[in-house]
Amino acid sequence: METSQTKPLPDTSVKMMRDEPVIEINHLRKSFDNQEVLTDVSLKLFNGENLVVLGKSGSGKSVLIKCIVRLLKPDEGTIHVFNEDVSALSSDGLAELRQKIGFLFQSGALYDSMTVKQNLEFPLRRIKSNLTGKEREEKILEVLENVGLADALDKMPSQLSGGMRKRISLARTIVVSPMIMLYDEPTAGLDPVTSDEISSLINTIQEKYKTSSLIITHDINCALNTANRIIMLKEGGNYKEGNIADFRNSTDPFIKSFFIQKE
Amino acid sequence: MKQSHPVIRVKGFAAGQSMKLSEKTIAKTIVASNFLTEFADFFLFFALIVKETFSRNFEFKEFFRQCFQVGYKSLPLISITGTIMGLVLTIQSRPVLIDFGAVSMLPGMVAISLIREMGPVITALICAGKIGSGMGAELGSMKVTEQIDAMEVSSTNPIRFLVVTRVLAATLMIPILILYADALGIMGSWAGANIKGDVPFVLFFSQAFSHVSFMDFLPAVIKSFFFGAAIGLVGCYKGYNAGRGTESVGVAANSAVVLASLLVIILDLIAVQITDMLV
Repeated sequence: METSQTKPLPDTSVKMMRDEPVIEINHLRKSFDNQEVLTDVSLKLFNGENLVVLGKSGSGKSVLIKCIVRLLKPDEGTIHVFNEDVSALSSDGLAELRQKIGFLFQSGALYDSMTVKQNLEFPLRRIKSNLTGKEREEKILEVLENVGLADALDKMPSQLSGGMRKRISLARTIVVSPMIMLYDEPTAGLDPVTSDEISSLINTIQEKYKTSSLIITHDINCALNTANRIIMLKEGGNYKEGNIADFRNSTDPFIKSFFIQKE
Repeated sequence: MKQSHPVIRVKGFAAGQSMKLSEKTIAKTIVASNFLTEFADFFLFFALIVKETFSRNFEFKEFFRQCFQVGYKSLPLISITGTIMGLVLTIQSRPVLIDFGAVSMLPGMVAISLIREMGPVITALICAGKIGSGMGAELGSMKVTEQIDAMEVSSTNPIRFLVVTRVLAATLMIPILILYADALGIMGSWAGANIKGDVPFVLFFSQAFSHVSFMDFLPAVIKSFFFGAAIGLVGCYKGYNAGRGTESVGVAANSAVVLASLLVIILDLIAVQITDMLV
């Protein structure tokens, strides 16, 4: 697996071995009414890597990561996170597991009725309840500085631009120091410059917080900027897996169509 | 032109009618099945709320915030409607009571009407419009923008944080708003009585409350709690179960108002029947 990676992996201080998967999905199937969204998806996310799941809109990418945190229940197949079967977990076990996972939603999903500070405080109070008020404030300021928005502390989400909302949402996700990051279309709806900024933030977070990341996207630029490895989905199933070079050199018309989009 | 045999024509007609009947039966079965599914969902939702209400880690801060939202922020609307309710009731009843030579009964009649029926029902209907739709729209938009999912993945139980606090706040604050509306309604009635006369404040109130007993208050207060719970429950249910598109936010808000208003009327009917049997 290591040999196929183009971007060097950062060192991780996490106890798990590099070649041990933190997420392992086998033959996942999910349908809504009569529409089959995921037909057969299998993947492994290894410790410390950025795995990009690339695919066209409607190929079931978002459904896939929602199944990982059990926001959706798969019809068939297994999902193991840190060797625990997600579908077999009790509600307490699931809550505990979710504390180790950060989820960046496509829309940002900031709480409209709360300020930026309160948005960041919300998960922190629940997940890191042992922190004092001062420690919480320091942590919030630290992550806001990391995303370059330390001055947005008292703003409401409605006062922020799309890119700023994504950054704050990212800050809210990393404030609790998750071990795995799940990104659902992190650059969707953003201009190319802001998209590149978000992509480089994803890399910074991987290096600084030693996270393993699963990035769901249809944006080839984002994939090229962040991926250690890419899995392409088509019609709800695995289509191709490899490193960036494998995808660049591919003569497959479906894969080439993504690169034509970039040019 | 070739004429078909009458038996074949009758058979064809019968087959067509049978087909239509089957289609109608299937359509009605689907409607009935959807209704029963919705009904069952609603009770499951209610059971979940009851379970989460008595679970550990009650969200006190959010509960007080919701009490403020439901109670304090509804005060201007309830003040205006409560006052106008008493005023209009007095202006409308006064000429009739004068005809019967019973104008001295006006304060008592207005007080009993307001406390027993008009205050609770009209205030609850207004709350269904303001609070029920607000909850439906707020939770619906939170669902559409994935805020509820975000809460869930950050290890927060959204039923406990969003729904239980809102339902309890509505259950507690709506009866208080109703009592407040009753008080302002009687004040409005006094103002109405003074438009075409000169009735001292103390005299009006002593006449009003001389006709009111504890048993006028008690059933009204008890049913007010049910109105509050129904409004909170329906608003949250419709919002929490909204669809995924932005259109569903409007649908959730609208159906929350309609169903909450209907439930208020039905609960009032049941409460009146029970009170009638007991008193």
